[in-house]
Amino acid sequence: MIRSHHLPLMVTLATFVLAYALCGMQYPSMFSTRVVANLLTDNAFLGIVAVGMTFVILSGGIDLSVGSVIAFSGVFLAVILRDTAIHPLAAFVLVLCITTAFGASMGALIHYLEMPPFIVTLAGMFLARGAAYVLSTDSVPIDHAFYDVLKDIYWKAPSGGRFRLIGGLMIVTFVVAGLVLHRTRFGQNVYALGGGAATARLMGVPLAGTTIGIYAVSGGLAGLAGIVFSLYTSAGYSLATVGVELDAIAAVVIGGTLLSGGYGFVAGTFFGILIMGLIQTYIVFDGSLSSWWTKIVIGGLLFAFILLQKGLTWATTTRRKTATGFATQS
Amino acid sequence: MNIKATLMASAVILSPVAALAADLTIGFSQIGSESGWRAAETTVTKQEAEKRGITLKFADAQQKQENQIKAIRSFIAQGVDAILIAPVVATGWDEVLEEAQDAEIPVVLLDRTVDAPDDLYLTAVTSDLVHEGKVAGEWLVSEMGDSDCRIVELQGTTGSSPAIDRKTGFEQGIDGHANLEIVRSQTGDFTRSQGKVVMESFLKAEGGDSICALYAHNDDMAVGAIQAIKEAGLKPGEDIKIVAIDAVPDAHLAIAQGEMNATIELTPNMAGPALDALEAYLADGTLPPKWIQTESKLFTASDDNQSIYEMKKDLGY
Repeated sequence: MIRSHHLPLMVTLATFVLAYALCGMQYPSMFSTRVVANLLTDNAFLGIVAVGMTFVILSGGIDLSVGSVIAFSGVFLAVILRDTAIHPLAAFVLVLCITTAFGASMGALIHYLEMPPFIVTLAGMFLARGAAYVLSTDSVPIDHAFYDVLKDIYWKAPSGGRFRLIGGLMIVTFVVAGLVLHRTRFGQNVYALGGGAATARLMGVPLAGTTIGIYAVSGGLAGLAGIVFSLYTSAGYSLATVGVELDAIAAVVIGGTLLSGGYGFVAGTFFGILIMGLIQTYIVFDGSLSSWWTKIVIGGLLFAFILLQKGLTWATTTRRKTATGFATQS
Repeated sequence: MNIKATLMASAVILSPVAALAADLTIGFSQIGSESGWRAAETTVTKQEAEKRGITLKFADAQQKQENQIKAIRSFIAQGVDAILIAPVVATGWDEVLEEAQDAEIPVVLLDRTVDAPDDLYLTAVTSDLVHEGKVAGEWLVSEMGDSDCRIVELQGTTGSSPAIDRKTGFEQGIDGHANLEIVRSQTGDFTRSQGKVVMESFLKAEGGDSICALYAHNDDMAVGAIQAIKEAGLKPGEDIKIVAIDAVPDAHLAIAQGEMNATIELTPNMAGPALDALEAYLADGTLPPKWIQTESKLFTASDDNQSIYEMKKDLGY
């Protein structure tokens, strides 16, 4: 039986299937492997960062710093590979350590100073963007043999679509995140925290560790997204990925995760990303619509999903009331 | 089902024929609409495509490279006949250009170039900024003849490539003519308001009577300077000769009113030469040169500036 908290996920899935079918009816080449491969490759960095955002939103928080962290990671990599002889793999590890630590310290501030995540991560957003500018204001090209090796890893489908490494990395991230959320103690704690800090404490959830862990995951995944973005554009640019945090939040909400926390699935986020990518692809295929329609359609979808969430919350609370009412009567 | 089958069939039939017939579909990935010139470029590109009966798929990247890459990949997936790109940055195009080459879709760069091997694109259509400055310098040389002329220069944003190149070009243009001398040169940041402020300081420092000509790196600064010259009680275009670059509608209007003498066009019509090259290439495989330089046309009072103004003002400048 489909439980009510599965419903938003089902709605997301149905929206995606329906939208894809409609697009494909109009432009048959939308069903080609090229489009599928493009959806995965072009949205890889957004998908990875949206996984982190799913953790944060499930716990009832928000992380506005991720877009800036992606830009910082990219510029950091580009500068370090240009100025030193460090191997890219070592640089990747360094970036992941820095961004995870950055996320963890934001989590610590949020927990110990009892500050709203909105404010703390807003400060983090400015800090990371500022740091990127300090490193370089120009677009720094990355020219390293190892990057070429990584970029040449792809599987070419017979009809021409190229499934690249970064798209695969995104899928792996989603799978691992799904396992962590549903099969580990940490995952349970994330959901519990989203249900309410007071309840979570009564349930014996270690609040400090969980909060710090969640923001560390988000920071680390933003760092990973930064690495992917640097592979995607072969450059680090401090002006890149402005506003990506908002796209990630939108993908999470369209994916059916409750903004107030506690309910949701990473699988939903995956389809949220695909829906957003699909809209962009459709607008390019059409070629006469203004690309700003992407924003309008995503805005409309967000509203629809927020209304749906509100409706569901309302429906479940009334049903529970009636249920308890019957219980006392009998 | 029936419709879908027909669509599928027509797509299959059309794609090989399209290259031969005039029925072309071309994707255009534009940077955005950050300046009046760029808006005009978009309008002109659409007009040029329509004139030739080409279906233009237009994608505005809103200043983001990731949007441009996505758009180009979607164009490839759609199987367009050719792609035009005005790249937002120079780096990071190799991968997507390789995919286009793999799908045998020619790519033409508009207005800017990229840091990628030049076998990945068919050609680049850009203006030559040094040449623009040189045309301005040469115009002033022929205008002045042997009489002495003290020139003031309004530079573009310090360190920007148009400012550097347009300065170099102008100096090349007046080189060897000792009667022409640049006496003051300062940045007006390409803006109207700064152009006015800096011109005011030139007039104060040099005295209005000892300045014979003004060279501005763009029309906007020249239009600001005209205001400053008028406020100083002098006649722009007569007491002080004015030459600038870009040929925006307001410059044509100023020339028509006799307040400015010459402007060199940075044409928004990059698509015209690009589409010519593409049509020739798709028809019989004619390879264009790797760089197509757009014409840097000189406009002076002898042109019908009023009607050019009327024509240009609706392009979106």
